Amino acid sequence: MQWETVIGLEVHVQLATRSKIFSGASTAFGAEPNTQACGVDLGLPGVLPVLNEAAVAMAVKFGLAIHAEIPEVSVFDRKNYFYPDLPKGYQTSQMYQPIVGAGEVEITLEDGTTKSIRVHHAHLEEDAGKSLHEDFHGMTGVDLNRAGTPLLEIVSEPDMRSAKEAAAYLKAIHSIVTYLGISDGNMAEGSMRCDVNVSVRPQGQAALGTRAEIKNVNSFRFVERAIAYEVERQIELLEDGGKVVQETRLFDPDRDETRSMRTKEEANDYRYFPCPDLLPVVLDKAYIDHLRDNLPELPAEKRARFENELGLSAYDASVLSATREMADYFEEVKEVCGDAKQAANWVQGELAGALNRENLSVANSPIAARQLGELVARVIDDTINGKAAKQVFQALWNGQGASADDIIEAQGLKQVTDTGAIEAMIDQVIAESPAQVAQYRDAEPDKRGKMIGYFVGQVMKASRGTANPQQVNQLLKQKLDALC
Amino acid sequence: MALEHADVQRAAHLARLGLTDDEAARYVDDLGRILEMVDMLQALDTEGVAPLAHPLDVTQRLRADEVTESDQRSRFQRCAPAVESGLYLVPRVVE
Amino acid sequence: MHDKTLAELTRSLDAGEFSSRELTQHLLGRIDRYDSELNSFISVTHEQALAAADAADAARAAGKAGALTGLPLALKDIFCTRDVKTTAGSRMLDNFISPYDATVVEKLAAAGTVSLGKTNMDEFAMGSSNENSHYGPVKNPWDLAAVPGGSSGGSAAAVAAGLVPAAIGTDTGGSIRQPAAFCGITGLKPTYGRVSRYGMIAYASSLDQAGPMARSAEDCALLLNAMAGHDLRDSTCVQRGVPDYTEELDTPLAGLKIGLPREYFGDGLDAQVESAVRDAIKVFESLGASVREVSLPHTHYAIPAYYVIAPAEASSNLSRFDGVRFGHRCASPVDLIDLYKRSRAEGFGDEVKRRILIGTHTLSEGFFDAYYKKAQQVRRLIRQDFLDAFEEVDVLMGPASPTPAFDLGANKDPVSMYLQDIYTIAINLAGIPGMSVPAGLAGKRPVGLQILGSHFTEARLLNVAHQFQQATDWHRQRPAFAEENA
Repeated sequence: MQWETVIGLEVHVQLATRSKIFSGASTAFGAEPNTQACGVDLGLPGVLPVLNEAAVAMAVKFGLAIHAEIPEVSVFDRKNYFYPDLPKGYQTSQMYQPIVGAGEVEITLEDGTTKSIRVHHAHLEEDAGKSLHEDFHGMTGVDLNRAGTPLLEIVSEPDMRSAKEAAAYLKAIHSIVTYLGISDGNMAEGSMRCDVNVSVRPQGQAALGTRAEIKNVNSFRFVERAIAYEVERQIELLEDGGKVVQETRLFDPDRDETRSMRTKEEANDYRYFPCPDLLPVVLDKAYIDHLRDNLPELPAEKRARFENELGLSAYDASVLSATREMADYFEEVKEVCGDAKQAANWVQGELAGALNRENLSVANSPIAARQLGELVARVIDDTINGKAAKQVFQALWNGQGASADDIIEAQGLKQVTDTGAIEAMIDQVIAESPAQVAQYRDAEPDKRGKMIGYFVGQVMKASRGTANPQQVNQLLKQKLDALC
Repeated sequence: MALEHADVQRAAHLARLGLTDDEAARYVDDLGRILEMVDMLQALDTEGVAPLAHPLDVTQRLRADEVTESDQRSRFQRCAPAVESGLYLVPRVVE
Repeated sequence: MHDKTLAELTRSLDAGEFSSRELTQHLLGRIDRYDSELNSFISVTHEQALAAADAADAARAAGKAGALTGLPLALKDIFCTRDVKTTAGSRMLDNFISPYDATVVEKLAAAGTVSLGKTNMDEFAMGSSNENSHYGPVKNPWDLAAVPGGSSGGSAAAVAAGLVPAAIGTDTGGSIRQPAAFCGITGLKPTYGRVSRYGMIAYASSLDQAGPMARSAEDCALLLNAMAGHDLRDSTCVQRGVPDYTEELDTPLAGLKIGLPREYFGDGLDAQVESAVRDAIKVFESLGASVREVSLPHTHYAIPAYYVIAPAEASSNLSRFDGVRFGHRCASPVDLIDLYKRSRAEGFGDEVKRRILIGTHTLSEGFFDAYYKKAQQVRRLIRQDFLDAFEEVDVLMGPASPTPAFDLGANKDPVSMYLQDIYTIAINLAGIPGMSVPAGLAGKRPVGLQILGSHFTEARLLNVAHQFQQATDWHRQRPAFAEENA
């Protein structure tokens, strides 16, 4: 039987506010335990929540970016359950009237095709604290610094049909939130977390199969691997005549498998009801319009501009617009050197390779965009040749100079284009290579082309790489042919 | 809507209230009578009436995104039953 | 000195008859001597009180005294008070020393008042008799066999007994007005949102409101001046200017339109209470007010609606008491569930458990629409009843309670106890302000007249009550307890 995979994602994005969603405590990552948990975050008796404007603005910006409806009124509800990392015994969330309505996200697959994934809604809620399971005399330690950090939960429709699509969707969300500057998108620090709903059904069947929810899949790679495993598990189960149980599962990246999270899963009953400590959030049109007018250029728009206005290939445009850092970097290189294609080649080629080798992101590149732009400009204006450019790049990477010009100057890499100087070097090489000259002369004219390489190499060596290769080629040919 | 013993046990579990069987039996009786009184509401036709969550028709005020709270961990943890290394301790949570 | 109103005490302090320290010492002495009988205080803060009194005396000497400088009062033990035990009448918080001050506490301290301590109350403000306190019941100073009412029973009893001239209470379904009525003092529940709830331990967040309990309407006005106002820490506290509530006290009542809700004078109303209330209304007529009957047709749905909404909110509000960060924790929990279940079973009393269970049940899957949503719809109808009535009249009047204070131990059955609040509970659902003022005696137990107004008409209510108190002496009557111990 042919099976179809159906995937929906719930993505939790930590919003990059300074303070928490309902309190004035800091959201900075990495503080000593419980030093950023104020009375409100701890749920002390008598404390009350007050909503952070920036969290609202960020949620609305996301909604506008995915062309979603922004309802005039949204309401906070309480989701009631007991857990040590949930100080009040309820999570303040939005169950019935979320701040962002239905929208859509365009994803680009590796073959360059695009697909639209519908977003059901996105809502604001507060993050929980963290339980630390190191051994405290057989006890668990609870750190509530994270409690109250604003989260935007983005709930997709079950529109994805493969692990690759799911990963592409997650990347698209990542790129939107980082473009908007509403999240740092740092998955390793938990700024973006993902729950995956997976089901399979016989090809052509309209009804959805029973789904499993895989919790906390926290990297692009894990999303693909977790889905791949889960799909295989479900198909095997069904083909053996079994049934998929609706349950929560956990992905174990070490074993590359998902497993049932609670053996005795209790029927949860969260008893949602409107939070009586918070009033309905009413957003007027002027507020929303103001946010809309100030949206930055978004990934899809940028990709289109890179392709259509800058003349980049679809692939280059897509890669260079994938993150805001990458796009900003590329655009600065382009501005400084004045040539989009050369800029794209250098950012995609030399820079991406070096970053990859050292596992760095473009934001942490040792070479600033301006430095790379100046380097590329020197290639374009023929100040240096390609070989020297690579040397300059390496020197910049190693911090051996502040600018390409400094390094060119210090290392004497300026391209020699003075015909006289090149001719002098050629004459010397010819004088020192009588045997090779004789071979050249004796060869059939159509074989000579290949033999010229030796002489070019010698001349370049003599110039320490700085001679203009085209000129060397041309002048060598003239001189050698004159000897024939 | 009649109240069963199981309803009370379920509510007690959701609310994390330990009840002995005797207590549960007593609450079945008490809660049953309270709900009987509450059931009077069903007699009223509320078709088309919007639920009222807050007595005043006011909307949420928004707070500027500023860090206004400083670390008061030692003060807050003075009233905590069990802490170590700044963490609140609970019996081992198995995930 | 202990029979004076706040306004009178200020005149004495200004005249140098005694200092705030002397006044404070005198009252602390009375508490130490007599409160073992009444049990109206959970904590008495001698040292802090004397320090505050000294500061107030210094301020007065420096010519910086305000209307409340140096005046003693007591706080219901539901207000978080920095470095002071704050229990909400519960074993759950018996070990809780609050790390912060409630906004109301801050404001009253800033106004120069001197807190003598924290008063007894029904656990988490759930009750109408003060019998639900972990710290034992409070006795009514008018009759030691009677309850003082609840949940602000300690506050009412302490003021009536001359232990403190004023106290702060909270009112979720009548918890200021009914004990004020039972103890023969004046109490005001302001409009929902008028006074900040920050630092007030929540029972039912959409109903709770703090207010003053004192010996006169004028004193309530003075206290409300200090308590009311916007608070950035409470989203439900309104951004609205605070008038001087003493300004309109002397406005004559000629032309005042009083409505008597038909439903507040029906079956179950004690004859002596009714007669006292009707006599009081005659006083208003003699002051030039006109009286007409009005109807609040959904009155009898108020208690059922309340017993869905309040327990639902409470079940969620009280989840934070889990034995992890503060409050009672059971000994040697074997696992997490055990920690939760035993800590909460040991920490909460019977009535609190009952309401948590009711609230949990009515919010749970399959019941939400039939109970919670329905109750919220009924809540709108109840509010509309009042809004309609206030189209016709300026204020509504009736009894604050169907009976005078009942005997300790008389109401064993929860439902019959709930029904005691028939005249007060709808007011919280509607969010309007309400007062109880002393209006006579039924035997030796006081009767309270309830006065209700539209949202944010506290100044008018205080004016109406003050004019009544200019014309009558009921608020001047003192219970036998205080006289014996004078």
